[in-house]
Amino acid sequence: MSSIDPSMRTLTRVERPRQPSALSNALVFAWRAVLKFRHVPEQLFDLVMTPIMFTLLFTFVFGGALAGSTADYLQYFLPGILVQTVMFNSVYSGMGLSTDLSKGLFDRFRSLPIWSLAPFAGLMVGDILRHLIAGAIILTIGLILGFRPEAGIIGVVGAFLLLIAIGFGVGWVFIVLGLLIRTPMTVMTIGFTFLFPLVFASNVMVEPATMPGWLRAFVEVNPVSHMATAMRDLMTGGADLSQILLALAAPVVLTLILAPATLWLYLRR
Amino acid sequence: MNDTSSSPLLHADKVPLAISARGLAKHFGDVRAVDGIDLEVPRGMIFAILGPNGAGKTTLMRMLATLARPDAGTATIMGYDLLREPHQVRSSIAMTGQFASLDEDLTGRENLVLLARLWGFRGREAKARADALLTAFELSDAAGKQVKDYSGGMRRRLDIAASLIVTPGLLFLDEPTTGLDPKARQDVWRMIRQLAGAGVTILLTTQYLEEADQLAGRIAVIDHGRKIAEGTSRELKAATGSGFLHVTLADPGRLGEAAALLEKRLGRPVQTSVEGARLAVIAGTAQAANGAVSALLAAGIDVTDFSLGQPSLDEVFFALTGRPAESEEAKAA
Repeated sequence: MSSIDPSMRTLTRVERPRQPSALSNALVFAWRAVLKFRHVPEQLFDLVMTPIMFTLLFTFVFGGALAGSTADYLQYFLPGILVQTVMFNSVYSGMGLSTDLSKGLFDRFRSLPIWSLAPFAGLMVGDILRHLIAGAIILTIGLILGFRPEAGIIGVVGAFLLLIAIGFGVGWVFIVLGLLIRTPMTVMTIGFTFLFPLVFASNVMVEPATMPGWLRAFVEVNPVSHMATAMRDLMTGGADLSQILLALAAPVVLTLILAPATLWLYLRR
Repeated sequence: MNDTSSSPLLHADKVPLAISARGLAKHFGDVRAVDGIDLEVPRGMIFAILGPNGAGKTTLMRMLATLARPDAGTATIMGYDLLREPHQVRSSIAMTGQFASLDEDLTGRENLVLLARLWGFRGREAKARADALLTAFELSDAAGKQVKDYSGGMRRRLDIAASLIVTPGLLFLDEPTTGLDPKARQDVWRMIRQLAGAGVTILLTTQYLEEADQLAGRIAVIDHGRKIAEGTSRELKAATGSGFLHVTLADPGRLGEAAALLEKRLGRPVQTSVEGARLAVIAGTAQAANGAVSALLAAGIDVTDFSLGQPSLDEVFFALTGRPAESEEAKAA
């Protein structure tokens, strides 16, 4: 007992340092995301196994039938699977947020005098890191299997920048879901219920030419199709600005609507 | 005990208040979780909010800590207006919630460094601060372990440490020892006393009469979102009466008869529970209790067990409200 007394006295004479900037707050939360990679490396496994499985299965099982040869199919499919990966990964981020909220961790953050959006900015940084890691792994596997980004390094960098923008925009959807739903499993169920049709009813897997007219009409307006097309064009060197802007439309709209919604949901009490 | 327990600080105008709340209320749909509570907590005191599960303790505390917006009422926390200056309020308080608000995947040290950085300590300072707190809370050995591997008592201590990165003027502790074993409970009590000794005002909620008794200078008893009593532990006990007599009958069928006899003999309302064939009543003294039990035996009512002791929380409620804490059926009876 007496071993604590003196230290407790010095402990309870601590004044607050100068208020840190909003950016500094956000970076601390980003650091938290990085620590999570170190302590929970399993999450990276979840993150890349699904897309690797999809890549291998679609390329070798369906590839020949869909595109004439597995090599041709991989060339078509790989940029699309990157989009799918980023979207599916966002679901896990929503689950993480829901877990944090259900455990009361965010109560502590909310009772701190910090920039209110900092925890979410940190989440986003963590998401983007995850997207980059998963994207790099899938691209590497693609390169080994024979994928050739004809636009070279610049094309790949451009595609990854677009990918980050997509991840950023879609990320808000799952942050909002994470804030609204207190059971992580429900976040996942709801997330995939919407994402599966959205991703499959796009041109990520196949050209829509053989689909029925009504479905083709949907595929053509599906934002996921625009994203996959722009990714493909960036990597193979045929991208034009309007296609890229079309791909960015959904992420921009989502951010404009959902970032304020996030703040409102978080601060309501 | 802390040295403020016996001084009548509440009415001393010169002592600045840590909390001054008027008519705080919060409704969830039709449920009046907090139904108009006034509270005055002087600085430097350990103040306990005592009540059963669902009484509104946590909601009251969350409102005072800026985590829930009151539907009615006003409050000043450490001199700042709760509604108009939440940021300033947050700068002068810290809260340790009922469920450890820690990141389970990170180590104990990382949790504290994270919070220290959020408060504005830079690199090395943040680490030094974390290490000082880990030492003070006897967690140095577990500093590098992930929090998910901590015991309940260690989590609680880390959680309280996490509230002390910057010394708060006012510390909220929501049920700080619920779920802890007796040893861990003693450890937490000791640290709470030391904090109070160092000048931190502490508002804690508890379901345990003993905890409030052990720690708090003043106790507010709340039930169904209302404050039903307030005072020092001594005052509350005086209101409740000391020397509670508990009697268990051999034949539950004679409960009514026994209750009538005890009530007549001791002149106090008798609390009965049919399930255990138990009766509880304030006897006051050992002689009175002895006489009452003898009277039961003389009337041919067989007693299997009896004891004289402190009232339970339920019995405090019975004494304060004339009904048990949670049983609505008993209320009607």
